[in-house]
Amino acid sequence: MKLINRRRRFLRDALALTGAVALGGCDKLSETDWAPKILDSATGLSHAAHRALSRDAMAREYGEADISPVFRANGSTDPQSAEYRGLAAGGFRDYRLGVGGQVAHSLSLSLDDLHALPNRTQITRHDCVEGWSVIGQWTGVQLSRVLQLAQPTRQARYVVFRCYDAMDDGSEYYESLGFDDAYHPQTLLAWELNGKALPIPNGAPLRLRVPRQLGYKMAKYLRRIDLVDSLKSIEGGRGGYWEDQGYQWYAGI
Amino acid sequence: MASIPDDAICRTPPDEAPHTITRVVYRHTLPLRIMHWINAICLLILLGSGLQIFNAHPALYWGQRSTFERPWLSLAAIQTHDGKLHGVTTLGTHRFDTTGWFGVSQMHGQSTVRGFPAWATIPGPQWLAMGRAWHFFFAWLFAINGACFVAYALWTRHLTRDLVPTRRDWRGIGRSVIDHALLRHPKGEAALRYNVLQRIAYLVVIFGFGGGVVLMGLAMSPRMDSVLGWLVDAVGGRQSARSIHFLFAMGFIAFFLIHIFEVIVTGVGNNLRSIITGRYAIETEARDETDQ
Repeated sequence: MKLINRRRRFLRDALALTGAVALGGCDKLSETDWAPKILDSATGLSHAAHRALSRDAMAREYGEADISPVFRANGSTDPQSAEYRGLAAGGFRDYRLGVGGQVAHSLSLSLDDLHALPNRTQITRHDCVEGWSVIGQWTGVQLSRVLQLAQPTRQARYVVFRCYDAMDDGSEYYESLGFDDAYHPQTLLAWELNGKALPIPNGAPLRLRVPRQLGYKMAKYLRRIDLVDSLKSIEGGRGGYWEDQGYQWYAGI
Repeated sequence: MASIPDDAICRTPPDEAPHTITRVVYRHTLPLRIMHWINAICLLILLGSGLQIFNAHPALYWGQRSTFERPWLSLAAIQTHDGKLHGVTTLGTHRFDTTGWFGVSQMHGQSTVRGFPAWATIPGPQWLAMGRAWHFFFAWLFAINGACFVAYALWTRHLTRDLVPTRRDWRGIGRSVIDHALLRHPKGEAALRYNVLQRIAYLVVIFGFGGGVVLMGLAMSPRMDSVLGWLVDAVGGRQSARSIHFLFAMGFIAFFLIHIFEVIVTGVGNNLRSIITGRYAIETEARDETDQ
């Protein structure tokens, strides 16, 4: 009888524990310091697996018939800083993309300078972290070409993108890429969407395109690019505005 | 696992008919029991966190891209003139008022615009980043556990012996349908082997839903799409993959409800004990003692 009682108690406890962990417990665990870190370890596994399986494979390029009638704009759609408003009022003639940090040659590139570089046009899909997808045609220069001009030093490991758009907390949007993504042939600094100058809601005058990652990696309203050896000392230290809010730095999933 | 091991415990309860004995059989091996419960926890968390992710854009489409004006399913909200929020579920061309359930539901006593209600999502409040963290961690656990199960089931012949229907099973399928409809379940020794509908259900859920939900999850990854283009195109595009991923999840819910129902009607205590401790009791006719 004792054994049966103990077994029944075990049954009941096991059920209760399973229920508690699976439902109510998840909210409490989400608020702790340690549980999200354990959960986040899966992202490293995903990144390693994706890298091993897909290496430099190209994102699917679509036909003109596949282009979305409207390329949905998300996040910031109209930066309000005086500096940006001034540039926009002048049709971005005075715009300069700064390239610096751990590079041999710091650059200051106008849109004309960028247009003069060999460019690339691609019709690719844009997947938002929210779940929706749109397809658009992008024209720009491969980031690798700009990096070749600037020549990153041996210490440089990340490319950091600084933007003009201020977020709700007052900080400016930023993002970062590792070198494998930065040198991928489809990673562009784009100034044209669907054959027209990039509209303001979509990131005028220049935005990043990284078609093998989610939309939040593709920083809009680019101000400057910095090569760095670590992301730790920048803003929240996690490599991007949304990353600092808890989103994964590797956004290929 | 349906075979009766030599060490089956036999006892004759004094208060029962003299010709029946209750035999306790070691039914589910320890690895299967562990994998069953890991799988159950994974599915619960994947479902809750999946609904959290769905809520970030509570609409589904077919094709490569989102046709925002024409989702085949959406859980939206509208505000009427009196300022009240109503949940509106659109399925194809049909619209339903689903206030309280889908589109608009109560959170902390307030009407809140959200696809699925807070009690169904992990975490409860709208928190996409955390939902993704839970989802991808348990997706790995689910896939690894599933792969271990398939390897174990092949190695121990659990798959071929207990799950794949035999010819006799297929011939008896009509009878099995009627038996299920009448809630007539096999007793005694016959209860130890899976019936044909059970076998089909397990195979469809494990290889169809389980394999399918993982593949459709991978097909949603923009990075994996660079090598899985054939798969994405085979189902019609990334948005189709997202829809099918969701439908497999709904399939798991349907399976779960039927599974729980069958567990209850065939003896909840006995079934639960067998999947926790491995031991399952059956009533059999008393046989010549020399058999035992």
